[in-house]
Amino acid sequence: MSLPFIPQKEIPIIEVENLTQRIGTQEILRGISLSIFRGETLVLLGRSGGGKSVFLRHLIGLMRPASGKILIDGQDISHLTERQLEPIRRKIGMLFQDGALFDSMDVFENVAFPLKEKGEHDLIKLREKVASALELVSLIGQEAKMPVTLSGGMRKRTALARVIISEPACILYDEPTAGLDPIVSDTINRLIRRLQQRLHVTSVVVTHDMASANHIADRVALLHEGKIYFCGTLDQFHNSKDPLLRDFIQGRSHEID
Amino acid sequence: MMTQDFLKHWASILFFKRFPLAQAFYLYLGQTALLVMESLHSIVKGRVRWTLVLGQLVDIGYGSQFVVIVTGAFTGAVFTAQIFYQFSTLNMSSAVGPVVCVALFRELGPVLTGLMVAGRVGAAMSAEIGTMKVTQQLDALRALAVHPIDYLVVPRVVAMIISMPLLVAECVFFGILSAYFVATQLLAIPSVYFLQNIQRFIDGHNLVMSLVKGFVFAIIIVFISCQQGLTTREGAVGVGKATTEAVVLCSLCILIGNFFLTMVLNMVFPAGLR
Repeated sequence: MSLPFIPQKEIPIIEVENLTQRIGTQEILRGISLSIFRGETLVLLGRSGGGKSVFLRHLIGLMRPASGKILIDGQDISHLTERQLEPIRRKIGMLFQDGALFDSMDVFENVAFPLKEKGEHDLIKLREKVASALELVSLIGQEAKMPVTLSGGMRKRTALARVIISEPACILYDEPTAGLDPIVSDTINRLIRRLQQRLHVTSVVVTHDMASANHIADRVALLHEGKIYFCGTLDQFHNSKDPLLRDFIQGRSHEID
Repeated sequence: MMTQDFLKHWASILFFKRFPLAQAFYLYLGQTALLVMESLHSIVKGRVRWTLVLGQLVDIGYGSQFVVIVTGAFTGAVFTAQIFYQFSTLNMSSAVGPVVCVALFRELGPVLTGLMVAGRVGAAMSAEIGTMKVTQQLDALRALAVHPIDYLVVPRVVAMIISMPLLVAECVFFGILSAYFVATQLLAIPSVYFLQNIQRFIDGHNLVMSLVKGFVFAIIIVFISCQQGLTTREGAVGVGKATTEAVVLCSLCILIGNFFLTMVLNMVFPAGLR
């Protein structure tokens, strides 16, 4: 039996310092500071429309902060150009909420896309790698299907296969289990855990799904009113007496029927 | 992105938000100029994906054949008939051939091809890129360390630059062919007069002029359409709006640009007897 992988708590892969962002007149992020350590799975919780996805998009340079810094492996990416961001993006993968598969390509082409862009054109190698990535997400045999014919869950799993095929050091998940049945959700949760244990992948998971958080989180952060309201281990989160955290854990809204 | 911020910063300083239309126009021009520069930079740096270029050549060039042939053929036929009915009252029916040819080479061929391609290809480009934008496929490209300009814009630019002059030449060719048929078979203009007068008035400069116009219109169509697609917002409604605006803007820019091109090119290649 192999020992469980323990995240290296002293080495941050992502550091966020006082990040602010506004969209129009609305201040979405109000000074977020957070470190994400190499090999850990951090689950970011928060209410809908609270800026979790916006925060996630900053970590891969899809949005530029209004102020503050984002350091990836010690390098500040907040002022890099699109081309300068490319090497950073090769280290970090992102699973989008709706998968964001390329409509014009079938499942095989979508999953093979990152490898082809890296210069791999050997069809036999591509087939092998795509097959093993699709096997991980239980989608073997679906290579010829177009994204439009896939269910929501299959789209998300294909997108996940597209992310993991290039073996990034860190994966950002935007609502990985939203809209999926409990069994597929469990498959994805187990996959996130497995990637961490086997490949030591760092994961940042934005979700509302407490069951998912309980399964995969090493640490939990709660985003509330544009700030990190809580950040701690899963045990600390569950043992907290803070009313806001209790509401979140128990799914209470305080509205009167 | 940073240059975009720079543009917005200067837009707010220069126009103080008092002239929103001028500010929007300034931003649009700036963003389109940046797109052109970024695309040229990619081409110069050798980041052209030739497989994608070939695909676009099929879509743009091969896919536009029918539209361009029909446009050229019927424009040539109609124009020949109109010129004949006007000129025959002045006993100048032998001039029908050169007049039709000059018009097709210098104006009708390039402009009508430009307008048809703007409607067919420009609309498709902005709709496709716009849909990718609103469904986060552009973000997915960026997240996979692929620059959307390298992947989406550059292949379209190269394919358009290759296709458009050829499509213009094709349009003109079928225009002249149908003009010849209408003039000689339906309007009883002797074939010898028709052909000989064409040879007297038409030289290679006319062809060069139409190819130059085709090249310029290709640049207008591809950059306006891609720019509209890349700046699409607000879901399906935004895609529809971007597509409509792309076709309207391309058509207007072709018509306005054609005037200035005609003035300049007529100085370089004057019309008249050889």
